[in-house]
Amino acid sequence: MWKFSVRRTLIMIPQLIVLSILIFVLAQLMPGDALSGQVGPDVDPKRLDEIREQMGWNDPWYEQYASWMGGVLQGDLGQSFRFKIPVTELIGQRIYNSFWLSVATLILTYLIAIPLGITSGRFNDTWRDQLITGYTYVGFATPLFIFALVMLWIFGFALGWFPTSGSVSPGLVPGTFEYFMSKLYHLLLPAISMALITTYSTIQYLRNEIVDTKQKDFILTARAKGASETRVYNRHILRNSLLPIAAFFGFEITGLIGGSIFIENIFGYPGMGQLLVESITLRDYTTLIATTLIFGVASILGALLSDITLSIVDPRIRIK
Amino acid sequence: MADKLLEIKDLTTSFRIKDDYHAAVDNLSLTVNKNEVLAIVGESGCGKSALAFSIMGLHTRAKIEGDILFKDKNIAKMSSSELNKVRGKDIGMIFQDPLTSLNPLMQIEEQIGETLLLHNKDMSKTARQERVLDLLKKVGIPRAEYVMNQFPHELSGGMRQRVIIAMAIANKPELLIADEPTTALDVTIQSQILDLINKLKDEMDSGIVLITHDLGVVAEMADRVAVMYAGQIVEVADVKTLFAKPLHPYTRSLLNSVPNSDKEQDKLHVIQGIVPSLQNLPREGCRFSARIPWVDESAHEKHPELREVDPGHLVRCTCYKHFSFPDETKEEQHVLS
Amino acid sequence: MSYLEVKDLKVHFPIKGGIFGGTVDHIKAVDGVSISLEKGKTYGLVGESGSGKSTTGRAIIGLNKITSGKVIFDGVDITNIKRTKSEATKNIQMIFQDPYSSLNPKKRVVDIVSEPLRNFENLSRKEERKRVQELLELVGLSPESILKYPHEFSGGQRQRIGIARAIALKPKLIIADEPVSALDVSVQAQVLNFMKEIQKELDLTYLFISHDLGVIKHMCDDIGIMYKGRYVEEGTADDIFSNPQHIYTKRLVAAIPDIDPNKRDEKRKFREEVKTEYDQSYNDYFDAEGLAYKLQPVSDTHLVALPEKG
Ligand SMILES: Nc1ncnc2c1ncn2[C@@H]1O[C@H](COP(=O)(O)OP(=O)(O)OP(=O)(O)O)[C@@H](O)[C@H]1O
Ligand SMILES: Nc1ncnc2c1ncn2[C@@H]1O[C@H](COP(=O)(O)OP(=O)(O)OP(=O)(O)O)[C@@H](O)[C@H]1O
Ligand code: SF4
Ligand SMILES: [Mg+2]
Ligand SMILES: [Mg+2]
Repeated sequence: MWKFSVRRTLIMIPQLIVLSILIFVLAQLMPGDALSGQVGPDVDPKRLDEIREQMGWNDPWYEQYASWMGGVLQGDLGQSFRFKIPVTELIGQRIYNSFWLSVATLILTYLIAIPLGITSGRFNDTWRDQLITGYTYVGFATPLFIFALVMLWIFGFALGWFPTSGSVSPGLVPGTFEYFMSKLYHLLLPAISMALITTYSTIQYLRNEIVDTKQKDFILTARAKGASETRVYNRHILRNSLLPIAAFFGFEITGLIGGSIFIENIFGYPGMGQLLVESITLRDYTTLIATTLIFGVASILGALLSDITLSIVDPRIRIK
Repeated sequence: MADKLLEIKDLTTSFRIKDDYHAAVDNLSLTVNKNEVLAIVGESGCGKSALAFSIMGLHTRAKIEGDILFKDKNIAKMSSSELNKVRGKDIGMIFQDPLTSLNPLMQIEEQIGETLLLHNKDMSKTARQERVLDLLKKVGIPRAEYVMNQFPHELSGGMRQRVIIAMAIANKPELLIADEPTTALDVTIQSQILDLINKLKDEMDSGIVLITHDLGVVAEMADRVAVMYAGQIVEVADVKTLFAKPLHPYTRSLLNSVPNSDKEQDKLHVIQGIVPSLQNLPREGCRFSARIPWVDESAHEKHPELREVDPGHLVRCTCYKHFSFPDETKEEQHVLS
Repeated sequence: MSYLEVKDLKVHFPIKGGIFGGTVDHIKAVDGVSISLEKGKTYGLVGESGSGKSTTGRAIIGLNKITSGKVIFDGVDITNIKRTKSEATKNIQMIFQDPYSSLNPKKRVVDIVSEPLRNFENLSRKEERKRVQELLELVGLSPESILKYPHEFSGGQRQRIGIARAIALKPKLIIADEPVSALDVSVQAQVLNFMKEIQKELDLTYLFISHDLGVIKHMCDDIGIMYKGRYVEEGTADDIFSNPQHIYTKRLVAAIPDIDPNKRDEKRKFREEVKTEYDQSYNDYFDAEGLAYKLQPVSDTHLVALPEKG
């Protein structure tokens, strides 16, 4: 397993390099540079050229790439065009918000998917299964942003059960219990809305895996040993069916990134997704590039994570 | 008279195919005694596995009628929790396909250990480990200590089959159902496994149901033989009688198709046609007649029934009296459609 | 010069290890096998699972890379030949063990059987169809079956489809890797009969791989016994079955179940004796690594792996 993990992690390095080059090229294609936002219109263009020379912006691309990467590695993502503060500062709190939103969504997704998937798979072709399958079809057919708007309208505005924007009530001191509860309260509705929709694929997947595994010969072997139905499910069917779900985990993260862009904007939740959209509408290129880079790294890490989880649960991969 | 261990009475196992039930085991009765190897032979698709699964209660979607008395208790009518006390303990089963019958995600030790765990709740973990090791050595697995911690995909087919056998005999069952236990193995390992099954029989007085299409294995192992065709028993006899004086045309055809070391023959006998699928099985009259077309229609019985011709020798119908193989020239024409 | 000549064939598979998957060791799947096969004859290759039978067969037709040694077919060196449009690949075909998985389930019979034709011969659709129908007739399948899929056939019929594909290019040598192991007795009889028939008809030479000694005895003129990649004994069917010399062969022959239930006890006793002999004289027949020695002739036709005298 160690060998596999190390090798798998090493593979990630070229992936990250390719990603960073892509994003760097993207950045080069953007109009203007960091100076355009920072200096007043009255500065002498000659002086600007000098600064450019000084900053190394006329150097060959690979030198520029190297210095950009060096900065990124040291946590320097540049200055925001619009807000005139370092992008890292802008991202700071939002990345936490997004992270916790994702974690909450993931937990909810699995909380919904596992019992439903198991019920649906175990009692396949009964009314319970049909009910759950029906739900997954609805989940599949409903666009996330429409559903999120409906949820926001019902539970946020009409019933007033949940806050309709922000990630924490103003005036609370970070670190206190109230602050924590308020954070949780704010991310609950977006997380539920997202989980209810995105969970459909996990349910379907789990159901099909269970229906498949149920018919495997080794299940008969287990029954022939005298294992009770509960044991057969817990020990044999579930273990084998949850495995592909682990593989799915990485894609789940990629899906979350996409979903969070809608969700955060609809719920006015200050996270990375919202930042991305803002940076596009405000043409804040440095921020846009930084957020893209972070999203890219996150999905590569997601794939890594799911491969390693899979290798832990599946001995067939572990050995190789 | 021998002690009855298992008595199957009028067992019918039907599968649902397109809204209709079709019997794969059709009104079958059979007994297995203690300390006896009963071999069940027949071509592929005759219903041998369907019968074995019925005894073990492993069919999930089949309709099962009739009684299966194991030590005078009707296991066909047992609830699954009652049945689970019997399966794996008093009745063990060796499955046909070693490649798919083991859980790919469980180490060998855990898989064999599970059988022990389920029926010996107070066995300590170390005792269990020792027993697993002991079983693996018994079935002839080299480097058993190492194999214990391996996963099925790391073992060859023959090794996996031996693991399955170790699992089936772990609790020294009184009845062992062995569905093609040695088909995947080569001869030296086969003879080792057969010895092992014999030893279990002697040690525990166990009854063995040995399903196979290898007539050599039958000759070596069986005390009695039941020949099965299209869901029915067509002939039952003790092994010597069956090989010396086979009566039913199907039995004789099967025996004739084995490459026999003593007889110098260039051509092996081929049974014409194939075992009909469940939907195409003739349910009226005689089931085998289509495969011996040279026998005159009038020789067949309308309702062939299993009758005792000699004590302990049962044959279905009477047409065997008129039956003979066609001469060689005629046989040349038997090309499968 | 015999028809197929395999000289000191070695096939070693690398074992990969380490983080970067370097070669750390080799599996000597085939380790110095020589076969000489006459035209029109059947040569049987026997041995326990994993002894290297399939690897030998696959190496001959070029599906496994040969580490060292030579394969000479009809006077032409075909060692490590590329399996493209060469004459040799046309002349040597293989039948695979499993009739259920060796045929592509998504292809119709006509496509399966005509696949080698398409690779080697430029036939029009009509000619091709006609050829396939002829082939199917030859293997005893009705011409209508060309539009069916493999799952619509029984095991024996499927194996015949495999054979039809193998003989499509009118090969001279067929390597049959356990062609009947997955079949039950009556179907097995059907396939064996048929293989004998077409052997006469098409003047075929067989390399017949099996672990069923009964089948080998029925089919083969000469037999080689393999153990851990090496030969332990080679001879005519009579040499091997009536006069086995190597302890491993003896054990193998003793393990064959006898079809006569009356000989059961006798057989069991005999088997035990052989087993005792095997355990006692193991070191005389195998070297320190448990591998067989080099073959030494004991008669014109009969070779046994024994330590060199002296
Ligand atoms: N679950 C099932 N549903 C429908 N038909 C089935 C099912 N299981 C078996 N059959 C059919 O029942 C018949 C008997 O099958 P069975 O598996 O018992 O044969 P067998 O004698 O064990 O053959 P083999 O030697 O190939 O194992 C076959 O025609 C088979 O197609
Ligand atoms: N492609 C491969 N890579 C690595 N090892 C291999 C490969 N093919 C075969 N082997 C190994 O070579 C040895 C011989 O295998 P081979 O398949 O030739 O045996 P066999 O005699 O045909 O056995 P069986 O009767 O089980 O088919 C085995 O130990 C096998 O694991
Ligand atoms: S009537 Fe003839 S063909 Fe029919 S079951 Fe009896 S012996 Fe067989
Ligand atoms: Mg079966
Ligand atoms: Mg092989």
